[in-house]
Order: sequence, then C-alpha cells, then structure tokens
Amino acid sequence: MEYLNIIFQETYKILFLLVPVLVSVAMIVWLDRRVWAFVQKRQGPNVVGPFGLLQSLADALKYIFKEIIIPASSNKVIFILAPIITMTLALTAWAVIPFSESNVLSNINVGILYIFAVSSLGVYGIIMGGWASNSKYPFLGAIRSAAQMVSYEVSIGIIIINVLLCVGSLNLNDIVIAQKNMWFVIPLFPMFVIFFISALAETNRPPFDLPEAEAELVAGYQTEYSGMMYAMFWLGEYANILLMCALGSILFLGGWLSPIDLFPFNMIPGAIWLIFKILFLFILFALVKAIVPRYRYDQLMRLGWKIFLPLSLTYVILTASYLFYFNLLPTT
Amino acid sequence: MKISRFLKTILMIDFISGLLIAIRELFKSKKTINYPFEKGKISPRYRGEHALRRYPNGEERCIACKLCEAVCPAQAITIESSQRSDGSRKTTRYDIDMMKCIYCGLCEESCPVDAIVQGPNFEFSTETREELYYTKEKLLDNGDRWENILAANIKSDNPYR
Repeated sequence: MEYLNIIFQETYKILFLLVPVLVSVAMIVWLDRRVWAFVQKRQGPNVVGPFGLLQSLADALKYIFKEIIIPASSNKVIFILAPIITMTLALTAWAVIPFSESNVLSNINVGILYIFAVSSLGVYGIIMGGWASNSKYPFLGAIRSAAQMVSYEVSIGIIIINVLLCVGSLNLNDIVIAQKNMWFVIPLFPMFVIFFISALAETNRPPFDLPEAEAELVAGYQTEYSGMMYAMFWLGEYANILLMCALGSILFLGGWLSPIDLFPFNMIPGAIWLIFKILFLFILFALVKAIVPRYRYDQLMRLGWKIFLPLSLTYVILTASYLFYFNLLPTT
Repeated sequence: MKISRFLKTILMIDFISGLLIAIRELFKSKKTINYPFEKGKISPRYRGEHALRRYPNGEERCIACKLCEAVCPAQAITIESSQRSDGSRKTTRYDIDMMKCIYCGLCEESCPVDAIVQGPNFEFSTETREELYYTKEKLLDNGDRWENILAANIKSDNPYR
C-alpha cells in the first residue's frame, strides 16, 4: 500500500511538471510562428482563440485525427519507435531543471551530465526515423542530423566544462546558486554566444536546419511521417528547443535567480524569472530563424570543428588558468 | 582589410545589425490583411464573377445581340434567343462556363447595353464542377445581388470609356 502511495505521489509530481511543459511547448510553437511572421510583417496565426493562442492545440487536434501512414517497405517497429523516443527523451531531460531552490523534480548531483546524456541520445530518434523510413530523403536527413548533432555536442560539452570550472559541482541548483553575485554570461560571454549558436545547431533550428532543409530534402527525416507520429517528432523538437533555452538560462543567465537582489524583484518566485529568461532566449531563437539563411553543409562542419571547438577549448584553458592563478577555484 | 574583416566576423557585426533590423521590423505595422475578415480594396474595373443586369423596371437588359458570344476568346458563352410576344428579342438561354472563362472582360466591353458585366465578387468557388456552369437564372440573380455596386462601378468608370 505504501508502495502504491509513493507511485501515486511521484506520478502526481511528474504530471505537475510535464503538463506545463507540454502546454508551454504548444504556446512556444505559436510564439515562434508569430515572431517569425511579425519580422516578415505578416500577421501569423491569429484566428484560433485570443491572438491565435490556441493555434497549436487546433493543429494537434488535426494531427490526432489524421491517418497514420506507415510505408510498406519500412521497418515498422523502429519506424513507430522513433518519434516515441524523440519525444520521451526530450521530456525526460526536464526532470532535473530547477524552477527554484526546492522546486525540482529530482535534484541529482550529476544533473548537467544527465541532461547532456539524454539530449545526446535524442539523435537516436532521428537516425531511427530516417533509417526505418527506407526512403532516400529521410535517410540523408538523418545522416546529416546525426553528424551535425554529434559535432555540436562536442563544443557544447566543452562550454559546459567552462561553467563547471567556475562552479565546482554538476548539480544544476549549485550552478544557479554560484551565480548569485554575477551571472556567468558576464565573464563567459563568448562562451554564451557559442553556446547559443551550438544550441541552434543541436536543435536543428535555422540556420542549421539542414536535416529538414525543405529545398533539398523535402522534410528530412520526417518526410514519411504523418498524423500523430509527425506531431510527436514536432513536440520533441520544440521540447528540446525549450530545454536548450532552459539550459542556457541556467548555465549563463542565473536560472531562477532574480536579476537584481533587491526588494520588489526577489519577491517574485524563481520559476517566473526562469520562464522570463527562457522566453528571452526563445525569442532570440525565433528572431534568428527569421533573419539568417541556411548554412551549407561544409560550412556547418567547418564552424563546428574548426572554429567553435578550438575557441571553446582555448577558453577552457583561459578560465582554468585564471581561476588557478588567482586562487579562485571552487573548493569542494 | 583582413583585420577589419576578422573583427567583423568575430564580433558578429553583420549578425547583430541583422538582429536589430529584425527587432525594428517586429514592431512596424503589418503589410498583410486578415483576409476572410477584411478584404483588400478592389478597383471598379475588377473583373470578377459575371452578372446579367436589369433595367430599373425589372426588364432584362440583354437584347441577345450575341456580341459577347462572338468576342469571347475562350468560347465560354452560349446564347440562344427567340422573339417575345411583345416583339422584343430576348435570350432564352445564356450560359457561361466559368471554367472556360479567362476573365478577360471582353464580353463586358462588347456589350452595347451594359447587360453582361463582371462584378467585384471573387469568392465563388464551388465544390463541384457542375455548379460552375452558370445559367441565365444564376447570372440574373447575381445581377440583382450586386446591382448597387455594379451600377456605381460602371458610373465611376464611365469617363474613361
């Protein structure tokens, strides 16, 4: 009986995290389309609900009622598994995101490592989807996205090392608390920029949306998917984008800390600050989508391996030697 | 030259200026309209859906001269006529195949009595092809429906004809 009780409690807690995340994913899709439209001086979705806020829900409803087409020559098990994996992994990573000092689903000591591992696994969903479709465009898209995500994960990993050097802990809450005096965006600004660009590449956002480049690959690894399975890919993708925004705000923008530690600001709960920071980063994501052309594939690889990797490695050495020379290394 | 270019790249000047432009454009007024709720302005000469007009006393304008049928480059118009008991010649059949029609406006221009006109309506899509074979009744009906706008359009365009 007690065992059941624990399960219920945990399920309740998980739902309390997942439902807001899923709803905000829907909202964020709307925001993305709206910002994109506004930059191009269009109206964007504005019919369903106030300001079109319910557009994503209407789309989701449409996807639910659409037929799921499974290609005859596909590997059916993997074909069905791929979107499930993508979405599950994107949502799993949210478990360790702290919304305030106590408000975190699982406050584990290797939080950042966990997020990194789970988001790296995300590439499997895409590869599986592309391979199981047994069609040329999904396959090419999957290969591209695999190579792209692997290359940019390397630089993201090294950027995270920069932050960890300053914190001395892998716990996300500790990382946030370490920024009490100064957000890491100030000393590590170049790393923040590189992190932002790598996050764009990691989540297959323009200008790095080669895996689903419409002009070349129809829709990349999603080409053969339809109905709810397509919607799940989509959900996973936007949940990943949101996760990357959350990670960026935790690593560099002080997570749930208020920008100024003064009376009216530190009364506002941390979750709201975190949401504001995520939104800020996401609007940047959306603006970038509106203003940049797509990279060529060799340029993408060059940027990842020849520019970001050496730059972030150099910055690791700089940070480490600075902290070591001035005896600022965190003691734990 | 090389150094300035290097600095430009490393400081992402182009990117940031692009971002600023995007943010500036974000708050400008929109160039598109909310189509089903608001519609763009249409010229009085707009060549939309056809209509057959009537005189104010209810008599059909069309005298079955068949000029429109002759001039129609797509041969979309079919007219049959007969003499009525009062001695006037009227159409018994006036069909327009709206799928053949190329909306060139020659029928409207050739008409000596301003009977066949092309109105401002451009939202007449249908679910079946049959509905697009317009008959005389349908065209007269259109004329009754749009008469106010049609008359105003013809009047406003009159000085240029």
